[in-house]
Amino acid sequence: MSSSYPALTVLTFWPLLAALLLALCPKDVHVRAVSLVASLIECALAIPLLRFQGGESGFQFLEKIDWVPAWGLSYTMGVDGISIFMVWLSVFTLPVCVLCSWTYIGQRVKEFHVCLLLMTMACVGVFSALDLVLFYFFWEALLIPMYLLIAVWGGDEKRYASIKFFIYTLAGSTLLLVAIVALRIQGGTFSIPELMKTDFGFTFQYWVFLAFFIAFAIKVPMFPFHTWLPAAHVQAPSAGSVILAAVLLKMGTYGFLRFSLPMTPAASAHFAPLMIAISIASILYGGLVALGQSDIKKLIAYSSVAHMGFVTLGIFVFSVQGAQGALFQMLNHGIITGALFCMIGAVYERSHSREIAKNQGLGKFLPCFMFFFGLFGFASFGFPGTNGFVGEFLVLAAAFKFKTVVGILCVPGALLAAAYILKLTLRMAWAEPSSADGKGWKDLKKKEWVYLALPAALVIYLGLSPSGFLSYVTPTLESAIADFDSRKGGAGKAAAPGVAAAPAAPAAPPLSAAGGMETGLSGALRERSPLPRGETPAFDSFPSESAAAFADRLTRPITE
Amino acid sequence: MGELNFNFSFIWPETIFFILILYLFLAALLEKKRPAFAGPLGLLPVPVLGLLAALSSALTLDLSQTMFFGSYRVDALSQFFKLLISLGFVVASLNALKQPTLEAEKRVEYHLFLTLSSFGLVVLSSGVELVTIYLALELSSYSLYILVPARAKSKEAAEAGLKYILFGAAATALALYGLSWIIASQETTYIAKLAELPWDFATSPLAVMGLALFLGGLFFKLALFPFHFWCPDVYQGASNETAAFTATLPKLGAIIVLIRLATLLKPELELTHILAFLAAVSVTYGNLCALVQKDLKRMLGFSSVAHAGYILVGLCAGTAEGLAAAAFYAMAYLLMNLLCFWVISRISHDGRNLAYDDLNGLSDRSPVLAMCLAASAFSLVSLPPTVGFIGKLWLITSLWGHGYDWLVIVVCVNSAIAIFYYLSLVRHAYTEDVPAQASLDGTPLINATDTGALSYAGALVMGILVLLLGVIPGPVYSLALNAAKAVVGGN
Repeated sequence: MSSSYPALTVLTFWPLLAALLLALCPKDVHVRAVSLVASLIECALAIPLLRFQGGESGFQFLEKIDWVPAWGLSYTMGVDGISIFMVWLSVFTLPVCVLCSWTYIGQRVKEFHVCLLLMTMACVGVFSALDLVLFYFFWEALLIPMYLLIAVWGGDEKRYASIKFFIYTLAGSTLLLVAIVALRIQGGTFSIPELMKTDFGFTFQYWVFLAFFIAFAIKVPMFPFHTWLPAAHVQAPSAGSVILAAVLLKMGTYGFLRFSLPMTPAASAHFAPLMIAISIASILYGGLVALGQSDIKKLIAYSSVAHMGFVTLGIFVFSVQGAQGALFQMLNHGIITGALFCMIGAVYERSHSREIAKNQGLGKFLPCFMFFFGLFGFASFGFPGTNGFVGEFLVLAAAFKFKTVVGILCVPGALLAAAYILKLTLRMAWAEPSSADGKGWKDLKKKEWVYLALPAALVIYLGLSPSGFLSYVTPTLESAIADFDSRKGGAGKAAAPGVAAAPAAPAAPPLSAAGGMETGLSGALRERSPLPRGETPAFDSFPSESAAAFADRLTRPITE
Repeated sequence: MGELNFNFSFIWPETIFFILILYLFLAALLEKKRPAFAGPLGLLPVPVLGLLAALSSALTLDLSQTMFFGSYRVDALSQFFKLLISLGFVVASLNALKQPTLEAEKRVEYHLFLTLSSFGLVVLSSGVELVTIYLALELSSYSLYILVPARAKSKEAAEAGLKYILFGAAATALALYGLSWIIASQETTYIAKLAELPWDFATSPLAVMGLALFLGGLFFKLALFPFHFWCPDVYQGASNETAAFTATLPKLGAIIVLIRLATLLKPELELTHILAFLAAVSVTYGNLCALVQKDLKRMLGFSSVAHAGYILVGLCAGTAEGLAAAAFYAMAYLLMNLLCFWVISRISHDGRNLAYDDLNGLSDRSPVLAMCLAASAFSLVSLPPTVGFIGKLWLITSLWGHGYDWLVIVVCVNSAIAIFYYLSLVRHAYTEDVPAQASLDGTPLINATDTGALSYAGALVMGILVLLLGVIPGPVYSLALNAAKAVVGGN
């Protein structure tokens, strides 16, 4: 599957080129039309990625050029089952963003679209970079256009929100840089695929995991680190919120999947209880706070915290099913929440308010609008038949399988989601309108139809037929989880878990052959577990171990 | 070693600078009768000969010669730094062409001292013997002492000049005193010979104390904590254009001497521990102080205290990679600071000091300058894709695993502090629309940003370099690596 056409490079740098061209254009050109065309070209450039071989687990579309040989830096790009959908998500978010800011953005239009294009470049780059420094390049570079999006085109509190966003996320990634440097010295390379196969000592993994954790947990954001998110979301223009929700948040969970699990498996297993606890806290806390919001945008922002909690939960139960759910939920959340933020922007343009109280009873005047809002809302809390259901169900099932208590603790989170979304949609659709203004509002315009109908179709399609998606991601996830299982004991204890290494590999094929390819979801559900339970000793035995043993585990990094 | 070994082809950059000095000296004498010498045409030789010096340094990068009885060495390191100094000199002299706070009749003299100071630095680049280094350092400093107060009718400038000369003299005395200790105990002043002698406190306490004092003199030039206190005051008092020069080129001089002396400092020595400690304190202290500044130049003063700490990071490792990283970062530092000062000098139409508020609406007034200011700000905070990021990445990568991992963490975490004040530059330029009601001295800054061709060209060239060297750092890094290998001799 080697191809001489550098699909990922073109996909990454076309937006940059387009941004440069746009920046050099005279002021009065039809900036929106030009950017729309540029974004459609970007989508067209993603077509070669359709040749992605779903049945394979390795990296595809690999490109490698020496960058700075003296330091072993290389420009390496490639995607696997984990990143391919994130790349698509980033690419297809762009035209939606251009369309949804068509009338929303009134000043400095050109600069706005330049920022959007630069954002897309950085997003695609983050998901396809296979060199740590290259990854960090995109990861940090994207802060600048995002900062400008909030700081220039944001709401009344834009100054506070934008600075908080910048400092919070930058502070998180400072230690990521230290971790990258440490990995380079310890592992001898910046190459991500090579480092994913390297075994490090437990103490080293312990600290690297923590450095990763701070960076990724802030980006996700996980519970105690989430405070920048509502501020940023509420103040950002709708296109900014869309990118933030659809793509940026995924970078954190992508980081966990791509870096934490394969590079620091032993530390990931060690910290799993903490990660699961924080995930559950995010789910419950996000849900509860969302329930109390009177601002639509804030409500959706807090719901993001809860949804991303499901994703991290799915990742840290370490099963193929959980990872499938997590990845599916990442895609879902991107589509659903992205669309919801578009709609909030659309209703804001009409009512000039994001308060629920000012946007009541829209069902009468804006039936089509409310139809879509309801659809995305229902998908958001995981109504059966929508894609939200599939993702949440996979994660919940994996959680129950992992530990009944964990599963039970998540259930209120799912209920809370239903509660706040139903409360919101009910009031928006049928409550008494707060003023008579609403009668003059126009229902959906053509371009709004366009950018809402596409995600809506995806919501239904992925909800009814998730097997296509799952067949793409499952081989990668299976090999990732199998690899994780074989190495989570830590490099030092490699002698004993010959047990763990052996069973994981044979356990994988049945699902990819039977379940993955034809009926991904039902296959995943039919299998009791992709990994027979008894064969993951270190993990299953953990919750039941004695207090003394537990304390010993906790203090191990220090004593070792 | 013991030969004169003199050859003009080794010292083209020095010769060119010397010719320029002679020209300016004559021009200063003739200027009373023929005012044309103080005009743009009369000053044209300054940037032209500067470029020529840069070219001649670039062409002699692969030389490796020792002259003047082993005290003067022309090698990849010296030529790399001469290249940087010449280019920096060109930018600084162009920057000072239309200095609003300088009387027209002083213009030639101003450039004369600018050139003399740069000449001292060029000589310094090649010094491999402590007395030569000392003399070259003084040659460059004395001219600066005259430049700093050269700001029309400004009490602050006089104050800054006084502070600079007093502190500078004290630091010099300290360095000389230290030099005498080194001579007394090690009985040589040649760095190559010194490098073979032990430098731990147990074996040669006197020499270590002497070297510490000598380093103190260099740290004063570099504005490293605790020798930094002159820095914000002098930047604030001196004119924008002088501050641009003071902030960049003399620092390069200190860095090159430190790189040469780094051959003495092995990672496990007491002195290296002190260096690492000072680096950590300098970075943190500089950033914290810069947070609360209102005057842009004071902010940049404290920012350069922090950057002095970054440079030391590369020296602590003591490897060729570390020294190369320090040399590369010196280049990055020169570039991004000159760019930042360039933009500031262009905005300040009457040569006043700028506050953050004076940047308001810059993106409307002049998108190019705003963009370049943003590039330099993000480079200073070391965000990709700028040269500042790559420079810092190499600094910390070269240090990791040499026993100073804590310093790497301190340096990285400091980005999170620094981002606030550098981001403020961007924030005011891009997001604040309302022009300031009153500037630092109470009168509002009128909208007279220099949007001329030279102003844009300078900013664009440097802005593009900041980004380009951040994306394609390989070629320049290999120059820096060759330079470092000329000192350490590793492969």
